Amino acid sequence: MSVLVFVENNQGSFKKKTYELINYAAEVAKRTGGDTTALVLGQADDAALAALGNYGAVKVLHDSNAAFNNFGTRAFSKAVIAAAQKTGAKVIITNYDVEGKSIAGYVAAALKAGLVSGAVDYPVTEGGFTVKKTVFSGKAFANITITSDIKVVSLVPNTFPVQKTDAAATVEAFDTGVSTNNVTVKEVNKVTGAVPLGEAELVVSGGRGLKGPENWGIVEDLASALGAALACSRPVADAHWRPHHEHVGQTGGTIRPNLYVACGISGAIQHLAGVNSSKCIVVINKDPEAPFFKAADYGVVGDVFEILPKLTEAVKKFKAGHA
Amino acid sequence: MKILVCIAQAPDTTSKIAFTDNNTRFNEAGVTYIINPYDEWYALVRALELKEAGTAGEVHLVTVGNAGSEAIMRKALALGGDQAYRINTESTDTYLVAEQIAAFAKDKGYDLVLTGKESIDYNNGSIGASIAAALDTEYVGFATKLDVSGNTVTVTREIEGGEETDTVNTPVVISCQKGMAEARIPNMRGIMAARTKPLNVIEPTGTAALTQIASYELLPPKSGVKLFEADQMDALVEALHKDAKVI
Ligand SMILES: Cc1cc2nc3c(=O)[nH]c(=O)nc-3n(C[C@H](O)[C@H](O)[C@H](O)COP(=O)(O)OP(=O)(O)OC[C@H]3O[C@@H](n4cnc5c(N)ncnc54)[C@H](O)[C@@H]3O)c2cc1C
Ligand SMILES: Nc1ncnc2c1ncn2[C@@H]1O[C@H](COP(=O)(O)O)[C@@H](O)[C@H]1O
Repeated sequence: MSVLVFVENNQGSFKKKTYELINYAAEVAKRTGGDTTALVLGQADDAALAALGNYGAVKVLHDSNAAFNNFGTRAFSKAVIAAAQKTGAKVIITNYDVEGKSIAGYVAAALKAGLVSGAVDYPVTEGGFTVKKTVFSGKAFANITITSDIKVVSLVPNTFPVQKTDAAATVEAFDTGVSTNNVTVKEVNKVTGAVPLGEAELVVSGGRGLKGPENWGIVEDLASALGAALACSRPVADAHWRPHHEHVGQTGGTIRPNLYVACGISGAIQHLAGVNSSKCIVVINKDPEAPFFKAADYGVVGDVFEILPKLTEAVKKFKAGHA
Repeated sequence: MKILVCIAQAPDTTSKIAFTDNNTRFNEAGVTYIINPYDEWYALVRALELKEAGTAGEVHLVTVGNAGSEAIMRKALALGGDQAYRINTESTDTYLVAEQIAAFAKDKGYDLVLTGKESIDYNNGSIGASIAAALDTEYVGFATKLDVSGNTVTVTREIEGGEETDTVNTPVVISCQKGMAEARIPNMRGIMAARTKPLNVIEPTGTAALTQIASYELLPPKSGVKLFEADQMDALVEALHKDAKVI
């Protein structure tokens, strides 16, 4: 099946999750006997576009219209639809992230295509097209069969390791026919310095066990030794010890890092709902009965004020040895 | 201006997740259903705030679901919704739900259609965008702030590593998440008023689902936590590197 992959463009450069996504699209194409076209919207130079071939794109369609200088769901989705029609794509793939989820939902409805939002594996194509996704906030999986002719799949970032070759893609300028964007940007506020939480592979998180905002230095030290982002439990954000965007759980952010280190967090079910899908969970808590230990891969029963500095030292020593 | 809030029913977060019929159905035994938290705390409450501020006129509620979802609609009315509509069909797939809501909303002149950022059972986060496609309007996903002045909507939304504030014209579909409003609980007056508010039942259009759930799987149980003592931090780091392969 011919596969179209939407490639998020960050002012001419691409993120790791995008390379992973192109790998995924190429594998789906290979398994179903088709090839992979990537669509890039907005400014990017040809060399960078051709290099997307390293990750499995055979062809790159590029529309640099100024309408794509900022994200608007409708404009971007209409461009994806135009590219899908041009290439005859039967499978359309995006990331399961803020832009990808929006585009996937829009394109699927417009093309009358079945959608699996949040895939965690390759589709099984014997006797149909069935994709596994997480459900119930990471507590279970559902295998979903798409019955329509065109299929839309969004992939959870960090599911597969990135593979690279030295193949190049052919780059073709493509007029999507989209020239207006209804969304106007007034202001952009990026959290500076720190690793953004949503895309972090490593996360260090603190709860009420830290006792107060003045004690966050030991959490930050571990995070910076690891190169990790910071997160926290809800009461911590509610008490303004930490900013609200760091709050994870049912009412906060949902994250899927490779490593989640929970410091002084009890592991209430509403907290777990946001972090359950982490690949590896380390829990540091002085109470051996804390529920979080049941969800953990590794644990330390002890005082965060003693353990965190020791763990930070061990991480630094490890990093120095593996530099 | 008129606002439509899309309300999904979801199992309470503390529900035991289990499956029956050879792992093809969610086991509803003993499960309590709630309004999907993002729909209630953010989409609905923000709509009510806009009404109270005089910016919006009526706030309508819609759900796609069978008679079992009337309890959550009563609660949404008790919080302050003016009219509730239940489209009488099982909510099985994004396409089906979005098409039903769009068919209902089409000629009713809603300026804003609000959804939650995702349902806590299926975690798709995509229905709002599908509704927008079916209505051929703009969509803004994952909004943390929402203000309206005339037909201009100012919306702050999540982007990677921060937030962006955009403006867009009505009509527009917006998905809502934390930051937008504070959760409320219904008061006695609201509960009494909700008893007499209309809960309209609408028959579905013939749209069919485009996906089917082949099976469910529970997460393989964690093999048990491996504990380290305070003086074994080097060994913990080694395990994260060699066994878990995450650093
Ligand atoms: C509807 C609803 C939605 C919710 N949504 C969320 C959500 O999105 N996110 C969220 O996080 N919570 C959420 N909650 C709250 C949740 O139920 C818990 O109350 C909360 O997660 C507890 O936070 P905590 O673990 O930081 O604090 P506590 O429960 O107070 O736990 C503190 C932990 O620290 C340990 N500790 C104390 N001192 C030390 C020390 N010196 N060294 C080591 N360990 C120590 C204690 O043993 C304890 O386990 C929600 C609740 C409800 C009802
Ligand atoms: N059956 C339904 N009826 C009405 N609204 C729904 C229904 N299912 C989902 N929604 C809305 O769509 C949002 C996103 O759901 P989802 O795309 O399934 O994660 C929810 O937060 C609701 O606002």
